[in-house]
Amino acid sequence: MEEILKQYKTTTIENVTVWYEAANVSSFPKDGGACVKYKGKQIAVFNFDRIGKWYACQNLCPHKMEMVLSRGMIGDHKGAPKVACPLHKKTFSLENGENLNGDMDAIATYPVRIEGDKVLIGFDE
Amino acid sequence: MKNIIVIGNGMVGYKFCEKLVANENYANFKLTVFGEEPRRAYDRVHLSEFYDGKSAEDLSMSSATWYEENNIDLHVAEMITEIDRENKTVANHRGVKYSYDYLVLATGSSAFVPPIPGVEKEGVFVYRTIEDLEATEAYAKKLKAEGKLEAAVLGGGLLGLEAANAVKNLGLNAHVVEFAPRLMPRQLDKGASDMLQAKIESLGLKVHLSKQTQHIQGDKAIEGLQYVDDTELKVDMLVVSAGIRPRDEVARECGLEVGTRGGIVVNQKMQTSDPNIFAIGECALLNSMIYGLVAPGYDMAEVAVDNIVGKDNAMPEYIDMSTQLKLIGTEVASFGDALNDAKEAVDEITYVNKRNGVYKKINVTKNGKKLLGGILVGDSSDYNSLFQIYSNGMKLPEDPEDLILGSRGGDGEGLLGDVMDLPDEAQICSCESVTKGQICNAIESGEANDLGDVVGCTKAGTGCGGCKPMVKDLVDATLKSLGRVVKDSVCEHFDHNRQELYDLIQVKEYTTFNEVLDKHGNGGHGCELCKPLVASLMATIYADTANKEYAIQDSNDRFLANIQRNGTYSVVPRIPGGEITPEKLIILGEIGKKYDLYTKITGGVRIDFFGATLNQLPKIWKELIDNGFESGHAYGKSLRTVKTCVGSTWCRYGMDESVSFGIELENRYRGMRSPHKIKGGVSGCIRECAEARGKDFGLIAVDGGWNLYVGGNGGATPRHAELLAEQIDNETVIKYIDRFLMYYMRTAKPLQRTAAWLDRLDGGIEHLKEIVINDKLGIADDLDKEMSTLVNKFECEWKQAIESPEMMSRFSHFVNSEEADDNLVFVPLRDQKMPQHWK
Repeated sequence: MEEILKQYKTTTIENVTVWYEAANVSSFPKDGGACVKYKGKQIAVFNFDRIGKWYACQNLCPHKMEMVLSRGMIGDHKGAPKVACPLHKKTFSLENGENLNGDMDAIATYPVRIEGDKVLIGFDE
Repeated sequence: MKNIIVIGNGMVGYKFCEKLVANENYANFKLTVFGEEPRRAYDRVHLSEFYDGKSAEDLSMSSATWYEENNIDLHVAEMITEIDRENKTVANHRGVKYSYDYLVLATGSSAFVPPIPGVEKEGVFVYRTIEDLEATEAYAKKLKAEGKLEAAVLGGGLLGLEAANAVKNLGLNAHVVEFAPRLMPRQLDKGASDMLQAKIESLGLKVHLSKQTQHIQGDKAIEGLQYVDDTELKVDMLVVSAGIRPRDEVARECGLEVGTRGGIVVNQKMQTSDPNIFAIGECALLNSMIYGLVAPGYDMAEVAVDNIVGKDNAMPEYIDMSTQLKLIGTEVASFGDALNDAKEAVDEITYVNKRNGVYKKINVTKNGKKLLGGILVGDSSDYNSLFQIYSNGMKLPEDPEDLILGSRGGDGEGLLGDVMDLPDEAQICSCESVTKGQICNAIESGEANDLGDVVGCTKAGTGCGGCKPMVKDLVDATLKSLGRVVKDSVCEHFDHNRQELYDLIQVKEYTTFNEVLDKHGNGGHGCELCKPLVASLMATIYADTANKEYAIQDSNDRFLANIQRNGTYSVVPRIPGGEITPEKLIILGEIGKKYDLYTKITGGVRIDFFGATLNQLPKIWKELIDNGFESGHAYGKSLRTVKTCVGSTWCRYGMDESVSFGIELENRYRGMRSPHKIKGGVSGCIRECAEARGKDFGLIAVDGGWNLYVGGNGGATPRHAELLAEQIDNETVIKYIDRFLMYYMRTAKPLQRTAAWLDRLDGGIEHLKEIVINDKLGIADDLDKEMSTLVNKFECEWKQAIESPEMMSRFSHFVNSEEADDNLVFVPLRDQKMPQHWK
């Protein structure tokens, strides 16, 4: 199980070596998320339309190791954007992956870029 | 940069690290920690929860990366065997040396095993670490397989009783064997012990008092306990919990002063006889005492941190050992001088209620002015108040017995009066040493705005949690004193409660979440609490299905299916009243087979398929709908089933057609969104085979019509439904249920079932009768109209979904691939499958 978790490392925009073109903007619900497959990875991508931002993080919830975060609701906690896991409502910051309602390890986050109507996710490999 | 080495990574050792990291001078130190157990510090107080399914990780005091993030060098499974005080180094069991400027011994204690002949026999365990619990569990499994079920716990103290509960949870018959003539001899008197004994014996544990064990019987493995009074107890396993012994070996060997009966001698600054070495927790001998509770251990950690960073701090000469806990489901608390150890002339006031299993005793001074201590068994709800009165030396009521009997004058005020009358230095949370002043100040200074903030910044209530009600009262009272209104707002994004939002949406006719948030929110962007709530309100008001604005729906409503443990879904078609033709049953069987779904009959008389992936959901539902089924709304906060018995159609006792009426009711209320799930039941006679009184609405056929009951549920707090009307006809039943449900949907709190709602409804069932039957508020017409809109506008949301290509695109695990989730692993279970277990 730990092996699956190791695949996901936070990537900052400076370290991006590959911008992967994932899907059209319209494939993602407004103020919601969907999952993108990239090689062996599952990435949750969120269209936070209310604040005009896009976020990406691992789809794997570190609590029970299930691929579910893209199906969670998004929102904010005191202004910080977050996603709530649909299984047990563990919440994670979309900015830095931090677990906001517990002390689990942070989840990995990835940069997102919009080019025209395409959604691109940045990876470092 | 000074090196600090901590030997021991238990609860107190961890607390030392936490306090040091939080200190402003932390940057001047390099912290290295050694723990001999294979895992990082965990919560030993709640160890028995390990058998309730909590993992070692759940019990852990910190996240895996906490030490690294805070620059702490943690060595687990590494034992320090030598301290060289002259050169200020320590060495591990392999001889590797580390140097220190300050050394902190937090080596804790080990289980004390009395030197009874035979303790080395197979089947004898101690109760101390996760490894001990694992070994005990494995042995218990082996015993059970051999049909052996008797297990004893040696020691009837606090830990012994915890251990006995754990043994019982393993499925064995637990016997508690205690040397003293009562349980918990250090905390309880005879009366309290008797009450506790009666309580735990009623749960199937056996208690043997005044028993001294001479030797342990058996050849290789234990077969029984031989007592000195020539009696015996035949058991197949023994867990020894006869006290603790401080772990002082490494201190002793390097010449630090230790007590005659063990323990590393420390002064009030927690310094040992070597001023550069500190000892804290259960290994330290302070005031000639070993303190086996976690609260004083945490205080010691703080004192040691302060003295190392150069700030004066000292432990008091007298340390309070008051404690409140739940033992084998029984509340037990003791505070102050409960056993009159001081041997002063006191007045003892006792209240014993054998009927309810409650025992309360307090000791007050002869002049009736001061509370000295007390014991509570069976009901410790007054502990916080009594503890505050005792520890702050507060004035007692004229009749001190009011403290345990309650004031019988009838003004109904709490024991303490107003929490704000407590002095600022009153300690509210003893686990984290948080005072009333700190809690109030957190709010007054603007650092905290609500209970969550206060807990976050003061840590109050994060230990045993016993003080939480008082912390909440203080937070509410402080907010009130600052003129801030304490409201039951739904979440941080709205200052409104559910009912206010309901009215706002209805009156202003909002149809999207963002409109509501923009007009009435606090400037934020919503969350997992307010989004599904607003979705549910709009569904109730406009009779919408969950397909509208699906991104604000709770995950289950977004995908119109219940998410299961591994992220797959279950599928439940509606089978109204539980009536189904053989043809339809065959169709269900074929669909289950085709998609390889785990299949089971639910508690609500229908059929549940499990293990469907997101991509499979629309395919399965298309087949179901093509064959005449519809959504069962098993995933929604909405009507689930109306359970029926077979009634007068077949039953020789039946008074009316319960199945026909059940089907009619289920079809009437299907799909309707409500504050929480709703279940119904219809029984054809008073034998009540449909368990209708355990439902939100239930009917029982009697001579002359139906008896209608409302507000029942099973769940965590079972409650029987209450009689709303008697001997009424079908039409009246429907009218009353319509009004009852609609009134509930308008006024309940989020996620409040009808049972809890009715419990808190002012005036209760009589008030409800006035509204539903007599229309006292004059709203019955509105309620009827609103309900008829919901009934008439029903649409199957799964039918909507499979007919719209746009909605169908939601049901795909990936947006850029047709594949299903490749992380899923199923294992065989009997003749079907299930998801592999969580680690």
